[in-house]
Amino acid sequence: MKVVVCIKQVPDTKGGVKFNPDGTLDRGAMLTIMNPDDKAGLEAALRLKDQYGAEVTVITMGLPKAEEVLREAMAMGADKGILVTDRVLGGADTWATSQTLAGAIRNLEYDLIITGRQAIDGDTAQVGPQISEHLGIPVISYAQNIKVEGDSVIVERQYDDRYHVVKAKMPCLITALAELNEPRYMTPGGIFDAYQAEITTWGRANLVDVDDSNLGLKGSPTQIARASDKVRKGAGEKVALDPTEAVNYIVDKLKTKHVI
Amino acid sequence: MGLEEYKGVYVFAQQVDNEISGIAFELIGKGKDLAKDLNTDVTAVLIGSDVKGLADELAAYGADKVIVVDDPELKDYRTEPYTHALASVIQEYKPEIMLVGATAIGRDLGPRVSARIHTGLTADCTQLEIGDFPINPIPGKEQLHNQLLMTRPAFGGNTIATIACPNHRPQMATVRPGVMQKAPKTEGAKAEVIEFNPGFTPDNKYVEILEVVKAVSDTVDIMDAKILVSGGRGVGSAENFKMLQDLADVLGGTVSCSRAVVDSGWMPKDLQVGQTGKTVRPNVYFAIGISGAIQHVAGMEESDIIIAINKDDTAPIFDVADYGIVGDLNKIVPALTESLKAELAAK
Repeated sequence: MKVVVCIKQVPDTKGGVKFNPDGTLDRGAMLTIMNPDDKAGLEAALRLKDQYGAEVTVITMGLPKAEEVLREAMAMGADKGILVTDRVLGGADTWATSQTLAGAIRNLEYDLIITGRQAIDGDTAQVGPQISEHLGIPVISYAQNIKVEGDSVIVERQYDDRYHVVKAKMPCLITALAELNEPRYMTPGGIFDAYQAEITTWGRANLVDVDDSNLGLKGSPTQIARASDKVRKGAGEKVALDPTEAVNYIVDKLKTKHVI
Repeated sequence: MGLEEYKGVYVFAQQVDNEISGIAFELIGKGKDLAKDLNTDVTAVLIGSDVKGLADELAAYGADKVIVVDDPELKDYRTEPYTHALASVIQEYKPEIMLVGATAIGRDLGPRVSARIHTGLTADCTQLEIGDFPINPIPGKEQLHNQLLMTRPAFGGNTIATIACPNHRPQMATVRPGVMQKAPKTEGAKAEVIEFNPGFTPDNKYVEILEVVKAVSDTVDIMDAKILVSGGRGVGSAENFKMLQDLADVLGGTVSCSRAVVDSGWMPKDLQVGQTGKTVRPNVYFAIGISGAIQHVAGMEESDIIIAINKDDTAPIFDVADYGIVGDLNKIVPALTESLKAELAAK
């Protein structure tokens, strides 16, 4: 069985973001990590490798620096790493990104494609379902549990107030939730091997069945009209009071505001 | 055909178990504002099995037309038949705007539909308006009018971006639940109902639902609560949430929590406020032992009154709180509950 996992290198937004003087994001000044949902997707794939001997290929689209997450994935146990990088792919929205990744994946044999539900920089949750549409295969989003049974996958698909147990014939694409599992650590031997390992690098010429008009900034239907640092409502009053005074203070405010 | 031939504001009227989700009414409410600016009307697209009877409810909240796609294949949500239904409606009726709720259903349906019909999709919007693109004229570039400008948070709520989709139709957005206002309900209002069935032929993309497992929960949806008593890691344990529940009970409120609390297993996920939880805008939001990570604040900063109690006077929650109390929640919360009991009994 062959599994392809799409991963993304993202800025670690937990540490806050840093801006250039012109208001754009200073990506160079921020730490990067493997996107958490993608890491859970990779862990799910590695468990299929442990159980069924699945071959796991990780693929990422990004700047040459994104090779780092491929090596991290290989140090965790992935077999192959593919970096899709090309200047003409820059500035892509989710349409152009999904076209690019689908074009790259058409070179590969696969039973299962796993992506994270969403990346913590864009938070769109669109690229996984869009790749599946371009490839003409079923998608099961928001997976909280994945099992393989013969030529099918059985997935617990999370909704707001329920989950569905869903069965799909492979090939199929699944988007993984970070809650799916606890990703393993890299092993020292794995790290050593991963830094020796060869990473395959693909550019525009390697993409199959994709028109130029669907790539990069020019191929993106959505365009940014304006971007800005979020303006937040200012702080109100802050008081340090002993418990009795604090209670009186809150009750007084609730009265003034006609809550009670 | 030209982009100008696409007309009308369409909203996906999500239903689950043949009950219309609140987001559908919120989308109609926002859709009416947009339709007014564009001098057009609002059409709700209702997809399901045996759902035609729900059209009147959509009319009551302001839908001018309802397109019903009714088929047994559409009983429970599945990506492929719902995608086929909505994409077929778009191809047949050609709306200029298509809004979908950013729910666990809409965030799967939206991308799949936008990929099928080749248009852009802006995710998790918190603001929609009609305007010009580019917003300010740029020499040598045509400024387009009557464009949908879609505003959304990105980078974990640290930035906001406004997006346009100038050269493709429809302009599609998913909209975060709890952000847009429903229009007032008009009992007895009628909409023009159009039945449409594109035909459903199961293929490899139709998955099989083996089981539907509903969460056992008798709690109020935190998105509907007027008063939320929300706890964070500082509350200390699942048992200590009893203290918050007592306070909520006195005020007729509901308990909610931060992500740290869900991750610790103290409270269920459906009570989580924030970027990866729910967006809430109650009249009063108590943030108790919540530090106020940006991902949490993104889900509650629109609350009318925010009261924060935290022992750390540098906690970022104080930057958004109307009233911040630096102090020990273990002493303040129970005393507050007793005091409010006395106040309310005296009334």
